[in-house]
Amino acid sequence: MSHTAEHNEHAGGGTKEVIKITVYLTVLTIIELLIGFWMIDIPLTSVGLRMGLKGAIVILMMAKAFYIVAYFMHLKHEMKNLIMTIVVPLALFIWFIIAFLYDGNSFKNLRNTYDPYFKEQSTKKVEKKEHGAAGKHEEGKVEEKAAH
Amino acid sequence: MATTATAPTTKSWGGGKSPFNVEYGKVMMWYFLMSDAFTFGAFLISYGTIRFSTNGWPDPNEVFKSFPFAPEGMNAPLVFVSIMTFILIISSVTMVLAVQAGHNMDKKGVVKNLIWTIIGGIAFLSCQAWEWNHLHHEGAWWGSNPFLNHDGTASSTNFTNYFFTITGFHGFHVFSGVIINIIMLIMAVTNKFEERGHYLMIEKAGLYWHFVDLVWVFVFTCFYLI
Repeated sequence: MSHTAEHNEHAGGGTKEVIKITVYLTVLTIIELLIGFWMIDIPLTSVGLRMGLKGAIVILMMAKAFYIVAYFMHLKHEMKNLIMTIVVPLALFIWFIIAFLYDGNSFKNLRNTYDPYFKEQSTKKVEKKEHGAAGKHEEGKVEEKAAH
Repeated sequence: MATTATAPTTKSWGGGKSPFNVEYGKVMMWYFLMSDAFTFGAFLISYGTIRFSTNGWPDPNEVFKSFPFAPEGMNAPLVFVSIMTFILIISSVTMVLAVQAGHNMDKKGVVKNLIWTIIGGIAFLSCQAWEWNHLHHEGAWWGSNPFLNHDGTASSTNFTNYFFTITGFHGFHVFSGVIINIIMLIMAVTNKFEERGHYLMIEKAGLYWHFVDLVWVFVFTCFYLI
């Protein structure tokens, strides 16, 4: 029974806290969705605004992640030793994300500069295919199938 | 021993007390979840790298605009996925309530909240099954992408490959979570925890379930919103 007693001691705010965090998560999700709906009407040409809104969504996502881990998973009320063994290794993600996304972006720029075929193919507009005709690039193939 | 008593916070590793103050199983569940976070992180970062290295990408509002029982061609972007998100948040809340009921040795509360959590998990899986089925009918699958990029250029299969792999892996986690919660429910109903004198196992199942919710926060943002 000693375990139960220990846990009650640092159990946090109880049901009141759960309701508070639920409200936070709901509000954050609704703001994310509102930004998402707003972004539908923003043209692709306004790159800066779209990037800014996507950045805002990522910040809201991190806030949601914090509330889930800190309160629902109870990490905020654990000992500092335990928090550190979990949070410090996860800090590697900061480097992972920066390094890999930078690398992907650099690869795109290199290909656009030195591979004219890649640039041409990925900037050529195409007609939207009809429902169910996925993956069949040549029109002849579709007609041939219909003839059989 | 008088020195340890006067300065307890600075002597965590001095012996005579538990430095983490949680039981073994919970520490190990945290480390398992950390490794799982790296697995999901690797998937999502790989997706991000490919997306950053491509000129165009499909518009999620064009791909995910359908709703069950809605007429063909209805345009309802973000609606269905926001329902899925709220289902998972609410099931996470009922799981917290189950864990709290366990602390108070309240068997009835544990059983009631576990049942709600399981219902939420099954509802989420049903939504995902419908969405996968719908996309499959539209011609989307691993290696097949019927959608165009947002700017009207031809799209590669990277989009569908990553979408089905990552949501599939997450869905498999939800499925395992539901199985674990059903086992917890059976153990609670058959008084296994009452005999042990504590409901600490519910806490570990709860950690896993919250992690599943946490991963969905990232998947939802990366695939449906941005």
